[in-house]
Amino acid sequence: MIRLLTPRNVVLAVLLAFLVLLPVYAAVFAKPFVVTLFTRIVILAMAAVSLNLIMGYGGMVSFGHAAYIGIGGYIVGILAQEGVLSGFVQWPLALLGSAFTALIIGVLCLRTRGVYFIMITLAFAQLLYYVAIGLDRYGGDDGLTVYTRSEFAAPLDLSNKTQFYYVCLVLLFAVIGLVWRIVNSRFGLVVQGARSNDLRMQAIGFPTFRYKLTCFVIAGTICGLAGALLANHTEFISPAVMHWTRSGDLIVMVVLGGMGSLFGPVVGAVALLVLEEALSGITEYWQIILGPLLLLVVLFARGGIVGLLSLGRAP
Amino acid sequence: MLLFLEQCLNGLQLGLLLFLLAAGLTLIFGIMDLVNLAHGSFYMIGAYFCATFTLLTGDFVLSAALAFAATLLVGMAVEVIAIRRLYGRDHLDHVLGTFGLILFFNEAVRLIWGPAGMNVPLPAWLNTSFKILPGVDYPTYRIAIILVTLAVALFMYVLVMRTKIGMLIRAGATNREMVSALGVNINLLYTLVFGLGAALAGLAGLMQAPILTVQIGMGENILILAFVVIIIGGIGSIRGAFIAAIMVGLIDTVGRGFLPDILALLLNPRSASSISPAMSSMLIYLLMAAVLVVRPEGLMPVSRR
Amino acid sequence: MRKTLLAAGAAILLAAGAAQAQQTSIKIGFVSTFSGPTAVIGNDMRNSFELALDHMGRKMGGLPVEVIYEDDQQKPEVGKQKTEKLLQSDKVDFITGYIWSNVLLASLKPVIDSKTFLIGANAGPSQIAGQLCSPYFFSASWEADQTPAAVGLYMNKKGVKTVFMIGPNYAAGKDMLNGLRSTFAGKIVGEEYTKWPDQLDFSAELSKVRAANPDAVYVFYPGAAGVQFLNQYAQAGLKDKIPLYTVYTIDSLSLPRQGDLALGVPGAQEWVNDLPNAANKKFVADFKAKHKAYPSFYGAQSYDAANLIASAVAAVKGDVSKKDEMRAEMKKANFASVRGSFKYGNNQFPIQNFYIQEATKDADGMLTLKTVETAVKDDQDKQASKCPMN
Repeated sequence: MIRLLTPRNVVLAVLLAFLVLLPVYAAVFAKPFVVTLFTRIVILAMAAVSLNLIMGYGGMVSFGHAAYIGIGGYIVGILAQEGVLSGFVQWPLALLGSAFTALIIGVLCLRTRGVYFIMITLAFAQLLYYVAIGLDRYGGDDGLTVYTRSEFAAPLDLSNKTQFYYVCLVLLFAVIGLVWRIVNSRFGLVVQGARSNDLRMQAIGFPTFRYKLTCFVIAGTICGLAGALLANHTEFISPAVMHWTRSGDLIVMVVLGGMGSLFGPVVGAVALLVLEEALSGITEYWQIILGPLLLLVVLFARGGIVGLLSLGRAP
Repeated sequence: MLLFLEQCLNGLQLGLLLFLLAAGLTLIFGIMDLVNLAHGSFYMIGAYFCATFTLLTGDFVLSAALAFAATLLVGMAVEVIAIRRLYGRDHLDHVLGTFGLILFFNEAVRLIWGPAGMNVPLPAWLNTSFKILPGVDYPTYRIAIILVTLAVALFMYVLVMRTKIGMLIRAGATNREMVSALGVNINLLYTLVFGLGAALAGLAGLMQAPILTVQIGMGENILILAFVVIIIGGIGSIRGAFIAAIMVGLIDTVGRGFLPDILALLLNPRSASSISPAMSSMLIYLLMAAVLVVRPEGLMPVSRR
Repeated sequence: MRKTLLAAGAAILLAAGAAQAQQTSIKIGFVSTFSGPTAVIGNDMRNSFELALDHMGRKMGGLPVEVIYEDDQQKPEVGKQKTEKLLQSDKVDFITGYIWSNVLLASLKPVIDSKTFLIGANAGPSQIAGQLCSPYFFSASWEADQTPAAVGLYMNKKGVKTVFMIGPNYAAGKDMLNGLRSTFAGKIVGEEYTKWPDQLDFSAELSKVRAANPDAVYVFYPGAAGVQFLNQYAQAGLKDKIPLYTVYTIDSLSLPRQGDLALGVPGAQEWVNDLPNAANKKFVADFKAKHKAYPSFYGAQSYDAANLIASAVAAVKGDVSKKDEMRAEMKKANFASVRGSFKYGNNQFPIQNFYIQEATKDADGMLTLKTVETAVKDDQDKQASKCPMN
């Protein structure tokens, strides 16, 4: 039992407890803005977890992952604009849309490797970004206001901030649970094996392309869910969420938190966004610290925050 | 017809500017195997230097030369301090590390020059138009850009193909270890190549500065285009970069120019006008995707040992 | 020790946020652009707003005023975020500012939902004057269609028969170009929208102008884009060939950089520097003395916004919870506006005069704007009928 009380586990436990009890804290200290901030963090953490699945475990560095946030978000926004307000219709469609897009992009991109893969995923994300800008009817570059949140059955009311926060949190835990099951399954082992040596896996007899593609589609679908949640949260969706720099932000969250670790992306998302919020109150120039920090993490702390916390652990 | 010619000239100008960026990028990638996302930052720094020097000296051409030299120095310094620790690492590490550099440079520029952006006024003799054909008055400055970039392209060709340094560069692109084993100071070579790439990016930035404004983050959009260019052209190949750059420049400009008219046949002018810039940008990515599917290494890849 | 770091650190940082204020002051949130090339506009608005506060002794209804300025970076989603922060975290009593119509449209919902008053100090998109009108929105500026309509009338008067229109592709750009149609009697031979705010290279569009050879060119390019456009118009050799008519392209901010290129190019506005009323004379003179430059219409509107808010707060003697009384007072437009007196329409947009203005040099050789003539008096925007309020 004592062995479980490693620094990493304790920090994670405190963090998770904090996330669960957050609305209570906000009510007691009368700080509703905290719930808004952390809802956003939880949603982006979900996107980061999905990216970690393909990047950390699968070795596929996608610089276009933010595109799926846009797809999920826009499907919800467009349906809301056209009068289809039921969440039971919007959200499954958002998931289907993201899955389908991930399938097409995956089929085209997964034939390439290394920096070519990075660039071609970036290119497709930009392509979708420009498609969104061209959506004149739905605001184009100016974005689309979502006037009503997705409607489900009573008593679930997504415009209640606390309820919505818990919906997002529960979904985040579900997604993490799903990723844990995938990674520890035979399927997941094949994907991780393909990351370290693709040729060897193929020589053993695994059709790695199909495995990687499935993984890619799952990740895109989860990210689409995050997009649907984000559209509800900000009540606004614009092409800007799909820009390649946003994909860069997601990658930063994953690496900062700890690539290839289950909770790493959550830690990364919390760290990055809380840091952003806190530092921007102190100085406008906080990115001047973040930039070199990122470089240092890349050079010296490849395991991210979780990696640092796990140092000194018995192998 | 004259309109088409003008648009082609505009496209050529954009393509040549892209070439300046892409040449540096592809050199750095080809020789040092480094993905440099921060290349757009040098584009921005070159423009800011030029704006400041023009304010101080009042002479645009002198400031341009000074800015070029200043960006070269900054590039070499960045290489020595930060970049050289990334050699030999995973491409993801490059992407992350240089992404961090982008953030740093954007904020550093904001600290030094302030958030508002700057203007670079042109001297009167450049701020005119030139009759290249009856009925076509083309801005003199844009002609100057075309001439300067062509001169630089020629210079690059001569440098890479006909000089000893060029030979070392080409050798380093095909077999790095061998060059090092032959006793060449590979560190110095790398520093110079990186600095040269940065200076070319800065030159592109400062030449665009009088037409567009100088602002923070100005390098990010054009950086993506530059990456598309080197992917289409083939990483490591300057010739490929040249051809791809012209292609991309022409498609983007001519597309922007004529797509609204084509679309206007189908839709009303306002929708056509708002969709077409997006569509012509999409054309470039579609081109890249098509090239990669058919020739995954680009049009003119450098064969590697 | 490490185990408490993350959680405790986050909690402390969050708790270090602004403490909740008692009603001991009037808090106003000001969302504008303070970075990038259009920061000059935000600064002008801030300077004018501050001047207005100075003129009223920095008190409204007897309470001291606190203004929180936030930068929208010219992006709708950033503007919306900052707006929400001002509403939820800083708990402001009023929100004002908003240069860009797209930023305003994205930020509108949270303000209305929280029942806070939004005084638009520049952007006035047609949707908010029409079906999106709200009892919580007051415009201290104008409705987007009105100014181009004024220019259209002037162009008719000058005998322009064909026109080529160029503008940026966002809400205000579309409104400005479309607005010309309501009054211009001639033929529109070209209509080009450029990518906003990235595209500052107008070579493609100017080539088309040359090919179409219209009687006149009509453009809308605020801020730095206006400077670039005039430069490139001259560079392309068009300046002396085809006359240019503008809206919101030449103003006190862009004039110093446009220089002599702007002389003789007409535009329309609901306020010009030389309007003869007392409030305006004081505003322009004090602004010039303090900042060594002329204020722009953005500033004039911000100055009016401050006074509008002050009139409401004075009417309820500082008790800002009395929203209905404040609204009633603001509807009367009961303050000394720098554009002379005006009334509010049912959609809470001003019914006001529009003037044709031109660049000229003042006694000290500084570039400024002068009134050429009154284009239209007591003009009400055409969207008012679409607004269900009365």
